[in-house]
Order: sequence, then structure tokens, then C-alpha cells
Amino acid sequence: MSTEPYSDRGNRDLSLGNPAGMGTAHAVAKGGKAFVASGGPFLIGEAMTGGYGAGPDILHDCTIAVDRGEIAVIVGPNGAGKSTGMKAVFGMLNLRAGHVRLDGEDITALTPQARVAKGMGFVPQTSNIFTSMTVEENLEMGAFIRTDDIRPTMEQIYDLFPILREKRAQAAGELSGGQRQQVAVGRALMTKPKVLMLDEPTAGVSPIVMDELFDRIIEVARTGIPILMVEQNARQALEIADKGYVLVQGRNAYSGTGKELLADPEVRKSFLGG
Amino acid sequence: MDFLNAIIALLNFVVVPAVAYGSQLALGALGVTLIYGILRFSNFAHGDTMAFGAMITVLFTWLFQSWGISLGPLPTALLALPIGILGCMALLLATDRVVYRFYREQKAKPVILVIVSLGVTFILNGLVRFIIGPDDQRFADGERFIVSARTFKELTGLREGLAIKTTQGITVITAVVVVALLFWFLNRTRTGKSMRAYSDNEDLALLSGINPERVVMITWLIVAGLATIAGVLYGLDKSFKPFTYFQLLLPIFASAIVGGLGNPIGAIAGGFVIAFSEVTVTYAWKKVLTYLMPEGLEPDGLVQLLSTDYKLAVSFLILLIVLLFKPTGLFKGKAV
Repeated sequence: MSTEPYSDRGNRDLSLGNPAGMGTAHAVAKGGKAFVASGGPFLIGEAMTGGYGAGPDILHDCTIAVDRGEIAVIVGPNGAGKSTGMKAVFGMLNLRAGHVRLDGEDITALTPQARVAKGMGFVPQTSNIFTSMTVEENLEMGAFIRTDDIRPTMEQIYDLFPILREKRAQAAGELSGGQRQQVAVGRALMTKPKVLMLDEPTAGVSPIVMDELFDRIIEVARTGIPILMVEQNARQALEIADKGYVLVQGRNAYSGTGKELLADPEVRKSFLGG
Repeated sequence: MDFLNAIIALLNFVVVPAVAYGSQLALGALGVTLIYGILRFSNFAHGDTMAFGAMITVLFTWLFQSWGISLGPLPTALLALPIGILGCMALLLATDRVVYRFYREQKAKPVILVIVSLGVTFILNGLVRFIIGPDDQRFADGERFIVSARTFKELTGLREGLAIKTTQGITVITAVVVVALLFWFLNRTRTGKSMRAYSDNEDLALLSGINPERVVMITWLIVAGLATIAGVLYGLDKSFKPFTYFQLLLPIFASAIVGGLGNPIGAIAGGFVIAFSEVTVTYAWKKVLTYLMPEGLEPDGLVQLLSTDYKLAVSFLILLIVLLFKPTGLFKGKAV
């Protein structure tokens, strides 16, 4: 017997319920306000401690940050809390301690929607597109909070990812892995974010597509959007990173510039395969 | 001539009633399928939601009738319908605030919400009977027929008459307009698309800045409209009796599942499949067959496959067959 009162028991009958696509985020509740807290990097999750719902802590005093014009990369073994750290920065889980600051404001108490409005864009690792909607509708939903003309931004994204222009009327769920990731990044760019967070954008795509995605990400970074990203391909990611974080069991193990981490013998031995 | 008479008899006793009933079921099933798709549970309280909306409309229809207000040939209930919808919206939003929101915040699994909705069913059931009583209520007025059987016979000289009731005409027209509006809303407007996005992937909707509580609220508002319209049309066509609406839950769910749960087009198709099956299986075919069969071979019995008392069994049977052989429904809904 499970002790959790709202567990999965008796929940397999799809004629009763529709669990597909159900939210898993224990998002920050609405009602919180941002306040001025100047200083520090452009976006920082500082000394974050917390986990999902009432579960155990996954992050322990973890800090990740990215500054203007930079690419910051988070690497680490499986289960290190990389994705959790990203979600925490976006308000998809409640922090027990620590702060998130963006552009001189403390946004720890803001809901994820409010953070989108503040200029944050996030591409989660899995389920990062609306599979039943067309490519164009996916981009439109990305721009949901905007009230101005979204056509020019959409054109920019089609220029960045030309294949999406071809497939604009196709359901996003029918696309290949690499194309889906392009839709996902495109959707996040539609808000014209001030900072972009990518959770393993190259997961599950072929090496050639991966190289191309990295090129596109660098291209986006060159337009001046700071990028905070989690990456499995640690070596390749650290090579393009201005700043790198190695997380182990929800804690900061090493941090430094990408080059420093690549040169660090400890990091090389433990995470980069020698 | 006999062939024509057979066709007219078929139209009069099978096709016209089934189209009207099918439209009512389709509107009901659309409400069920919307809640399933967006709020992610099968809402057992839908039948009683229809009863509640219809009840408000009936009460205001009586009030208008006592004031002497009428719509001429059209039923006064159409005038009271918007008030019924508003009442039903208020009820659903209040239920959501008091009951469902708590479970949503706990991230309760759909099956828990199903049981919660069963509880809501009993409360609504009691509420409606407390206010208007358990008996049959008539509230239809205005012109009874668009085409009556007698005028049709006089006009065509055929032996069989074709009657189309005003309520049947109104049912079909309203259903077409409502369905067209709903599809336009879901596929063309920003809010409609945000509802589809939320249904597809809640977390990503949140990341796109879509406010989940707003999506939930709009869903309830639309469902209130659909349920009240379906309930009032059914009540106009037949009569208003709270228990019948509770029983309607079975054909409505059968429609939604036969069409494919979560798929609005499926809900409409399913509504008509169920309605036509119910009517054809419970219709006494003697009259039509007498016209068609050669002389001397006319059937002696009624040629009625099932007594009308068993019409609910028909939905149940179709539901079983679909679940056994094509669990995703006719149009690809969620796998059941």
C-alpha cells in the first residue's frame, strides 16, 4: 500500500482519466512579488535548496548563474540535479532556501508565467513541444504573452531553422528528433527572451544534427542572449562555454570557465573520461 | 408509391428523431470530451449539470410565460436560455472553486477527480430535485410543428405523413451553430489554441506563459454553455425530468468514447452513431416493411428488435463492442 494519498493507484483506466500531458511541476504559487536586488550576474540561482513537492531535497546549496553575453554550461553525472536546478531557476519547484535573481530583481516568489513575462525562456529536456499542434501553432504558443505583431520574430526563427518553414503546417509530433528540438528552441525564442535556458538540447539527436544545433545555439548567443544550458556532451559543451558548473548530488562540485574545467585533472578524470 | 411511402415512414419515425436526439447527445458528449481533454477526467456530473442548466431555464421560462412574454412561434425557453447558461456557469465555477481546485493543487490523479465528480453528481441531483421536484415538467410552447403530418399528406397526397417538430428543427440548427462556433474558437482563436496547448502539455503551457487557472475557468464556462444548451434542447424535445438527465449520462459517455475520448469531432460522430442505433433497434419496422415486402409476405409481428425500455442497453452494448475492438474510438481519441 502506498502512503501517498494521491498516488498512481487505480489510475490506468484511460476511459476515466487522461493523465497524458498532465503537469508535474510543483510551480511557485501566485501572489508573490519581485523586488529590487541589484548586483550580481544577469541571472543567478543562488544557494538553492529544495526538491519536488514534499519530497526530499534534491538541490543542496546549489548556485548556477549566467551573465550578459555568456554561455554557461552545467554538466555532471546522471541524477546530479542538473535539470532540477534549471527547473528551480524557472520556478517549477518550490525552494526551501536560496534566491533567484534576474537583471537586478529578486524573482524567487514569482510564478513561472510571471518569469516568462520578465523575459526568461526555457526549453525543458523532455516533452518540450506541443505534439498535437502544428509547428506554426507551437511558435504562436511560444509568443502567447506577447500582444504585438509576432510575424517578424517568426520569420527570424524560420531563418534560423529553415526546415521549420517547410514543415510549418505539419503536426510537431510527426517531426524527427532534431527537428523537434528546433521547434522547442524556436518556441522559447518567440517571446524574445532576455535569457534562454536549455535543458539538454542535443539529447537523442544524431552527432551531425548535434553539431548543427550547437552552431545554432552559438548563433543565438551571438545576438546577445545569455544562455544557461545543461549538456550531456560535457567536453563539446565546455569548449563553447564561458562558464561551467559541475554538479554532483545537487551540490556545486567544481566551477570555473569552460577552459579551466577542461584543464582541471580532477574534472577530466571524473566527468570527461580522462 | 409504396416505396416512397416507406421512405417517408422511415424519415418520420427514424431519421428525424434520431438526428435531433443525435444532436443533443453530440452537444452533451462535446462537454464531456472537453473536460476529459483539458481537465483530464471523466466528469460523471455532466448529466446533472445539464439538468441544473435546464432547470434554471425552465424556471425563467415559466416566469416569462407568467409575464406574458413569448417569442411567437418559437419556444419562450430560447429567451430564458442565456439566463440558464449564466446560472450554470456560476454553478460550475463555484463547484470548481469549492471542490475541484483543491484536488488540482494536490496534483491529484484523474481517477480521484472522477470519484469527486460522482460526489458532485449526487449533490447536484439533490439540489435540482429540491428546487424543482422530481416530476416531469413541460415548458415547451409556441408553434408545435414546422411541418405537420396532416399538411404533408395533403401537400403530397401520400399515405404516410412526415412531421418535423419545431423543437427538432431548433435542436439541429442550434447544434450546428454551436459546433461551428466551438471549432472556430478552438482552432482559430488565441485562447482556444492555449486550451489545446494546455491539453497537450500542461508544463510546457506553463513555460509559455499560459495561465492554467484561466484555461480551466474558460473550459468550465464553455462546458456550462454546452451542457445547458444540450439539456434545454433535450427538455424541449422530450420533457424535463431530473432523473432522465442522470440516465442520459450513459448514452453521452458512450458517444464520447465511441467517437474517441478527447476528440471533439469524434464526440459529434459518436452522438449520431448512438442515436441512430438506439432509434433503429427500438423502432417497430412493421410499417416500413409492409410497404416494401411483396404482398403476402408482410410481417405479422411488430419487427421491433428491442423494447424501448431497453434503449439504454443499446448504448451499453455499443460501448462494449467499441472498447473490445477499437478502444481508441472511431476517430483517434486517447487509447482507452
